[in-house]
Amino acid sequence: MSRTLTTSTTSSTATRRNKAAPSTTPPGEPRRVGYLYLLPALLVYGVFLLFPLLHSGWLSLYEWDGLSVGTWAGLDNYVGIFTEEGALASFGHVGVLVVFFAVIPVCIGLVLATALHRIRVRGLPFFRTSLFLPQVIAMVVVAVAWQQIYAPDGALNEALRFIGLDGITRTWLGDSGTALFAVGAVGTWVQTGLVVVLMLGGIGKISDELFDAARLDGAGVVWEFRAVILPALRKEIGVALTLTVIAALRTFDLVYMMTPQGGPGGSTTVPSYEVYYQAFRAGEVGSAAAIGVVITLLAFGITFLITRITGRER
Amino acid sequence: MAAKVSRGERLGTYTVLAIFTAFALYPMLAIFGTALRSEVAGEGGVHWDNFAKAWTVGRFGSYLGNSLVVSVSVVVLATVFSVLAGYAFGTMRFRGREILFYLMLLGLTVPTEAVVVPLYYNMRDVGLTDTYAALILPQVAQSVAFGTFWMRAFFSSTSRGLVEAARLDGANHWQTLWRVLLPIARPAMVTLIVLVFMWTWNEFMLALVMVTDESLRTAPLGLRFFSDRATTSVPLLAAGSVLVALPVVLVYLFLQRHFIRGMLEGSVKG
Repeated sequence: MSRTLTTSTTSSTATRRNKAAPSTTPPGEPRRVGYLYLLPALLVYGVFLLFPLLHSGWLSLYEWDGLSVGTWAGLDNYVGIFTEEGALASFGHVGVLVVFFAVIPVCIGLVLATALHRIRVRGLPFFRTSLFLPQVIAMVVVAVAWQQIYAPDGALNEALRFIGLDGITRTWLGDSGTALFAVGAVGTWVQTGLVVVLMLGGIGKISDELFDAARLDGAGVVWEFRAVILPALRKEIGVALTLTVIAALRTFDLVYMMTPQGGPGGSTTVPSYEVYYQAFRAGEVGSAAAIGVVITLLAFGITFLITRITGRER
Repeated sequence: MAAKVSRGERLGTYTVLAIFTAFALYPMLAIFGTALRSEVAGEGGVHWDNFAKAWTVGRFGSYLGNSLVVSVSVVVLATVFSVLAGYAFGTMRFRGREILFYLMLLGLTVPTEAVVVPLYYNMRDVGLTDTYAALILPQVAQSVAFGTFWMRAFFSSTSRGLVEAARLDGANHWQTLWRVLLPIARPAMVTLIVLVFMWTWNEFMLALVMVTDESLRTAPLGLRFFSDRATTSVPLLAAGSVLVALPVVLVYLFLQRHFIRGMLEGSVKG
């Protein structure tokens, strides 16, 4: 998992905190020396992040092959994203990945955390450590592990044969009908633990009185879930959705490793792959930069939107 | 806590939990198992020597060494810069403080994809592609955005009274940071360090773009090229994968609280 992925929500919560709580203003008299402390961080940040970001925006307005002199293209590269099939399809694929990376894990997370909350689980630390483990493993390694599972004689096909479903065995990553779903399922594997741990933490913070009150009213599990847990976990759901949706949006390593060249029939191209391919394979640097800018804007938009809907009051 | 939960429900919950745990662990256990298999199909036995072979023949020794150089550099630089900047943002007043802080927060949401293209061409123009610097500096920049945010949150939440007391005692700003605040900042710093270590160790796209020289390949990039080689056997590929994943997994097993706190609590608290 990568830097921006984890921290995307952090930015919004921090912004919120800053506005909401003026008491966080630092103590002490004004100090010019502050600039000196900031200097190293700001310098490296400015040169190697902020400047390239602006430069990306600039490059996206040009038609450039990376070698010769570029020509002004205005917004053509952005228009291209919506008119050229390849780029548009890659954003469509992200839509499918979002289901696997975000929707399914959040549903599983809510149900599992609700069930776990109702009993005192023995050995919870072990389960938590195990469930969270996929989060810390390099995506390239995850890709290799799942390639073996999806292989023609891999575990998945073996299991299907074992239960007599020989008919649907296939080369999961080599079939244009299943490759994207196969990659998506890996996303579910990676993200579910994160969401479960997140939800468990949230449920733990709900006061017992709320549960007691619900139970006194004779509420069943389903009612308890709808009346107590779901409203109380709004914020956690928001964080989980932001983290996982952005992970889906930014998928690169997985797709690049598991389905070379954008998968069978280009069925697994994703925007990040398009950035890499356009810039360093097809010599369309302007288009690549434009896609990069769109990914960034989407990441900002998603963070903002989800925080807006689920965050705020609590 | 729920008082009346039936035996059946309890059993069901444990069963579901066990299934999900198995699901989470299986791919990693399977690849570890594969790494111990013989390279000759059908031959039995446990082959620990696959790891030695991956280390030398697969050149993973070199790849892991590169990853270590890059990760340690990024961790050290990013931590020092973040502590300094977080200290300034968290405890001092100066003009433009808010704007500068928001400017850095921006970096939290900027993905690698958005900067990698210009980074490559700029690095190429100054002759820095195929160097450690091309891998280290951009990652320091990304980590510093998070690190500054993280350390500022720590300094501004815990240090108020302490900073004032230290000042009354006549400590200057440097002594306040070094003698008073850093000792209690340890847990926050450990969290920052393990996260930056993990992000840097696992980084793939930047290395893919910046490095063509085989002797500079990081572990994930090395694995990618190793898997492309037609001669690579499945057990050796698995052994290489285990080697790539192992350092972070080991750190995770010892310091998992910091991983989980950094990745979750850090984003929920607000």
